[in-house]
Amino acid sequence: MDLIKPEFGLLIWQTIIFLAIFFLLAKYAWKPILGGLKDREISIASALGEAEKARLEMQKLTSDNQKLLDEAKAERERILKSAQKTADELREEAKTKASLEVNKMLEDARRVIESEKQSAIVAIKEQVAMLSIEVAGKILRRELEDKDRQQLLAADIIRELNIN
Amino acid sequence: MQFFSRNIIKISIVFIFLFTISLGAYAGGGDKKEGEKFNPGDLIMHHIKDSHEWHLISIGETHVSIPLPIILYTNNGIDVFFSHDLFSAKKGEHKESEHKEHKDGEHKDGKAKKDAHHSFQVLERGKNVYHFSHDKITMADGTPVWDFSITKNVASLLISTLLLIFVFTSIAKSYKKNAGKAPKGLQSFFEPLIVFVRDEIAHKNIAHNADKYVPYLLTVFFFIWFNNMLGLIPGGANATGNIAVTLVLALFTFIITTFSAKSTYWKHIFAPHVPFLLKFILIPIEFIGIFTKPFSLMVRLFANIMAGHVIILSLISLIFIFGAMLPLAGTGVVAVASIAFSTAMMGLEMFVAILQAYVFTMLTSMYIGQAVEEPHHEEGAAHH
Repeated sequence: MDLIKPEFGLLIWQTIIFLAIFFLLAKYAWKPILGGLKDREISIASALGEAEKARLEMQKLTSDNQKLLDEAKAERERILKSAQKTADELREEAKTKASLEVNKMLEDARRVIESEKQSAIVAIKEQVAMLSIEVAGKILRRELEDKDRQQLLAADIIRELNIN
Repeated sequence: MQFFSRNIIKISIVFIFLFTISLGAYAGGGDKKEGEKFNPGDLIMHHIKDSHEWHLISIGETHVSIPLPIILYTNNGIDVFFSHDLFSAKKGEHKESEHKEHKDGEHKDGKAKKDAHHSFQVLERGKNVYHFSHDKITMADGTPVWDFSITKNVASLLISTLLLIFVFTSIAKSYKKNAGKAPKGLQSFFEPLIVFVRDEIAHKNIAHNADKYVPYLLTVFFFIWFNNMLGLIPGGANATGNIAVTLVLALFTFIITTFSAKSTYWKHIFAPHVPFLLKFILIPIEFIGIFTKPFSLMVRLFANIMAGHVIILSLISLIFIFGAMLPLAGTGVVAVASIAFSTAMMGLEMFVAILQAYVFTMLTSMYIGQAVEEPHHEEGAAHH
């Protein structure tokens, strides 16, 4: 049957034509097309990779920021605490200092008062002694205004002296 | 998808309409002139076989055809002329003693032959006298003649070559022009197919160095598809439905498979891991398998495409068969029904056109994949 008997001429032509198509397409079509496809796929893949990297970077940055913020917070806390402590210390110190001063002042005052009192007592004693002598003088003078009494007294003193 | 299928239906209807007109003219012309019955067998054979001229349409006695170059290599050298000379040559007639009668074949000229099988044309060119019968050229003196004519199929293959090269180089240009950008126009239509062939056909089946085979697979895929589609155009040639064309394609697959085969492939054929006695059966089977695989490729493509053409032509022929038997109204009913059927067939054939391209490429890729399999895994035997 003619239908399944290949014609020689057509076989040769088909071989030539197919080889020509193959080499022409391989060189002028498939190479640039497949190359272009691959380039685009690579560029898309790398763009996606880059985006992912940027996202990670962003994430890292955010977490870094958070860390920084946390650190700053902690630092503030710390500073505040230490300031508080210092203030407390200062206050405490001032307090003690003040109380010491007050005590010292009180002591001084007490001492001054004591010495004043002492001197006042001495002065009073002198005064009292002066007054007593004056009073005694006055009384003596009055006692010794008449002769009898003087004799009496003299006698008394002598008696007393004798007894001794 | 909807857009696509609607267009396919439109194209199918237009094609079938053109087919019907051209066949109608053919059948009608034949009827009037020779006074014989419409013979669908001859008509279909005429349409699916190769021819030395590109016959488009016959209206009555007027044959509209594109003359094609006839290239013959004879003992007297190369002879080139146009097919028009052959078809319009004077008629000769076979007698009991063929060879003696050839020279005076001209006296039968003009007489209508009842049986076309015995008629032939005689063409004298210089020293050569050619006999032309049933699209076969022979020498009158019986010396050998090699026919390298640009037949209808060769012309169609050349057209498909130009089309393929034009389409894919222009796509290649757009890849250069908008490198790294989204595809546009023709490029965006063909890109999924190219990527499909590369990823789903080549890379899935060929484990190693698949990229090396991608250009061949792409060429085969688009060559078959384009030629299948060209064959569906009314007046087109039936190139991929011709066994010579599919033979060459299968031969290339065979050559590539055999020459890129690794040791595993040969070991799998000549030293299979089976009991000793089984080897006597398996080795011949595997050895024959080397050849049956490309042979099946050849037959599958040829038979599918040819059968598609036969079915469509048969359905349209029905109109003219019934036309001779029934009154006009009955013919109309048959015409409507058979046009509806053949439109559906045309749509199916357009699907078959790409399906067979896919099947051929896929199987080629699988055969190459089996051939280049690396030695370390032994599942090769389990594939069968």
